[in-house]
Amino acid sequence: MSEKLLQVEQLQTEFTKDKQKIRILHGVNFHINKGEVIGLVGESGCGKSLTSLSIMGLFKGTSGEITGGHIRFNGQDITSLNVNEMRKMRGKQIAMIFQEPMTSLNPVMKIGEQLMEPIRIHLNLNKKQAKEHAISMLKKVGIARPDEVINEYPHQLSGGMRQRVMIAMAMSCNPNLLIADEPTTALDVTIQAQILELMKQLQQQEDMSILLITHDLGIVAEMCDRVVVMYAGRVVEEANVFDLFEEPKHPYTRGLIGSVPKIGDKRDKLDSIKGNVPDPSDMPIGCKFAPRCTQVMPICLEAEPTSIMLENDRLCSCWLYDHERGEMHV
Amino acid sequence: MEFTSTVTEKKQVVPKKKYSPVREFWVNFKHQKTAFFASMFILLLIIIAIIGPSIAPYDPYKPDYDATLQGPSSEHILGTDEYGRDIFSRILVGTRITLSVSTSSVLLGAIVGTVLGIMSGYFGGWLDRIIMRSSDVMFAFPDLLLAIAIVAVLGPGLNNVIIAVSVFSVPSFARLVRGSTLEAKENTFVEAAKSMGAPHKRIMFKHIFPETVSSLIVFVTMRIGTAIIAASSLSFLGLGASPETPDWGAMLSMGRDYLGTASHVVMMPGIAIFLTVLAFNLVGDGLRDVLDPKTKNE
Repeated sequence: MSEKLLQVEQLQTEFTKDKQKIRILHGVNFHINKGEVIGLVGESGCGKSLTSLSIMGLFKGTSGEITGGHIRFNGQDITSLNVNEMRKMRGKQIAMIFQEPMTSLNPVMKIGEQLMEPIRIHLNLNKKQAKEHAISMLKKVGIARPDEVINEYPHQLSGGMRQRVMIAMAMSCNPNLLIADEPTTALDVTIQAQILELMKQLQQQEDMSILLITHDLGIVAEMCDRVVVMYAGRVVEEANVFDLFEEPKHPYTRGLIGSVPKIGDKRDKLDSIKGNVPDPSDMPIGCKFAPRCTQVMPICLEAEPTSIMLENDRLCSCWLYDHERGEMHV
Repeated sequence: MEFTSTVTEKKQVVPKKKYSPVREFWVNFKHQKTAFFASMFILLLIIIAIIGPSIAPYDPYKPDYDATLQGPSSEHILGTDEYGRDIFSRILVGTRITLSVSTSSVLLGAIVGTVLGIMSGYFGGWLDRIIMRSSDVMFAFPDLLLAIAIVAVLGPGLNNVIIAVSVFSVPSFARLVRGSTLEAKENTFVEAAKSMGAPHKRIMFKHIFPETVSSLIVFVTMRIGTAIIAASSLSFLGLGASPETPDWGAMLSMGRDYLGTASHVVMMPGIAIFLTVLAFNLVGDGLRDVLDPKTKNE
């Protein structure tokens, strides 16, 4: 059993809107081992990004707060850290790259200055050393003529180069965990492949863990070791990437995988999961996926399923697999 | 023939050279004719403020009791006041006072207001509420009344005028900057900087402040006009510069007794104030048209 780097336990977050508390995450559980790439998948609004922001401690100051559960990083509970301790952790041990490379770099700051920001903050280097480090990071992420690029502004670079710079920034302090929030969504397909290749390569070099947030199952299949599927603020399935694609257990996961078109398919219409994600302020009782589920049973509408351990260390929250209370009919 | 025509056509197709932001600003600003002339006028004022005392034809402080209240003539081109002092010389020398008092008070107010506004917008919560409610309280007073109250407490004098005018500039700057900050902090690069572990101070002044600069420049320029009027009003009321100082407002105040008999004593400094304020406002308008992203590309 490999060592656990990050453990998210029963994480709950609530947002306050018009004095009404709305719970977005309902006890999210998963863990990331050292050197592992985890995919976090789910529809828009299921709480993927919120989970990552919770890990970074980045929504303090908004109307949201963590109301329950723990996030342990290297065994230390980081939800109890104060603002300053958390700030020292960000960028050094946990780094993040964002969806939009176009907007995640400050347009009025030179690349070098931005790249040196985390280096100067965390690594205690002087200006000259920081600059050298910045150039070596740019080289590492495959940017040609790095010593010129550090004196350029973001608008002079292409989208792919900007994302490379973002990766260089995130990697500059050798973090143990990299959170990538849809890192390739805004890039075109050929560049996507290059960026993913680069991330994979750096991950293996540095023995770093990656939490990859995406809704592109192709990327998951390509990159990840394990996959966590989220729906309506809950983890519904967690499995090894091969098992998941081989035999998805949860009806929602089946729906997700089924909605990806396959080469050679002769269909006019793509499959989709009917209905929409329920409104967080008006959740159905019982299983949150029940109204959209094709295999719904009476019990699904009455009680919420708990997470059930299946073969191969995989977890699934569905009554279909509870032999005592739900019937098996797969 | 055909060959040459294709060549000229090709020349026109050559893409327009991309200007640097400063160059682009300059090119656009030159097209704003009124604002451009107004800025030339301000440049002239600045030059006068620097070299004024040395080019003044007469000593602005020295009375000449043989030539009191004279109208404009070849000897005194703008006439003389009740003590026979040359009004043209006094206006030239007064330019420095007017410009330095107004710009320093506006800059002082802008610095304090910007810091408060950025903090207010960035941190939000109770700090935001305290800063914004206090500025609401200050907004409730008419500007000049507030300035009079402050000078009444601190005592008359130009330094206190600067403080008074800057104090009533603070809330408007705080509010303006808070607005731009709220917009700027939503940028992903701000979140990215946070995720790198950048401290608040650095995010506020390195990442958010540059986003507020273009609206600040416009507002500072506009505000200088207001500050000139406020400072002159205070001097006019006897709360600013002492009467012998060649301050435009004080000159206006001195001359009001002779409005019927020698109106030029009031007119000349009045015109100087009018033109200067107008110039600053026109430049402000022009800058807004050039710098405001909403009107920029029209």
